Amino acid sequence: MKTQPFFLLAAAGLLSLSGCANVKPWQREHLADYTMRADRDPLGTAQAEHIWFSREEASGGRGVGGGGCGCN
Amino acid sequence: MNTSPLKKLTLAALLAGTFFTANAALKVGDTLPDLAGYKLEGPLPAGLKGKVVIVDFWASWCRPCAELFPVLDELQKKYGDRLVVLAVNVDEQPANMKKFLTRHQISFNVVRDSEQKLVAAAAPETMPTSFVLDGDGRVCFQHNGFHGEATRREYVSEIESLLK
Repeated sequence: MKTQPFFLLAAAGLLSLSGCANVKPWQREHLADYTMRADRDPLGTAQAEHIWFSREEASGGRGVGGGGCGCN
Repeated sequence: MNTSPLKKLTLAALLAGTFFTANAALKVGDTLPDLAGYKLEGPLPAGLKGKVVIVDFWASWCRPCAELFPVLDELQKKYGDRLVVLAVNVDEQPANMKKFLTRHQISFNVVRDSEQKLVAAAAPETMPTSFVLDGDGRVCFQHNGFHGEATRREYVSEIESLLK
């Protein structure tokens, strides 16, 4: 049966999707907390940047999505 | 057509996924469900029939919600008995709501949806979300978020249209 591998793969993909969580807008209290901010500690960020630059000879690119209450 | 069990299983999983992610959100044209069935903390305003009602879902950690509060307070004072503003808090901790309310003095009704059942039924897309209801409890307008003066003008226009 030629189509069996495709459907096995599709079934495996569907099962893996069950691991995703959708945080509802009214459940973002913890995401909105100050401690969830990536830039909450300027000194820590500067140190991490310095280490990153020294090791990788590159800087920046630390902006990431996520966190915050996602309001409005 | 000879359909293998595996194909049937995959199709069933897809359909189940679609069914369980379906969103039964409150929308314009719907009627607000009976609030008495949601175990809300705090006194529910009586005699909503015949009045314009604004139901606002808010949380203490949501900055636009705090910006919306003075506008709702102004509207409540402006329209008096003809308008009922009901702010539904969805904070996990009641202390956070109380702390917020000590900083924001308001003249309208606040209840807490401690089990988050009403908010789950309304399924707002963002915080804050408010629904403007007519005298029959039907949702006539919906506001996702708060956008300053533009939102305030919309509220006034909508309330005026419903009071005519």
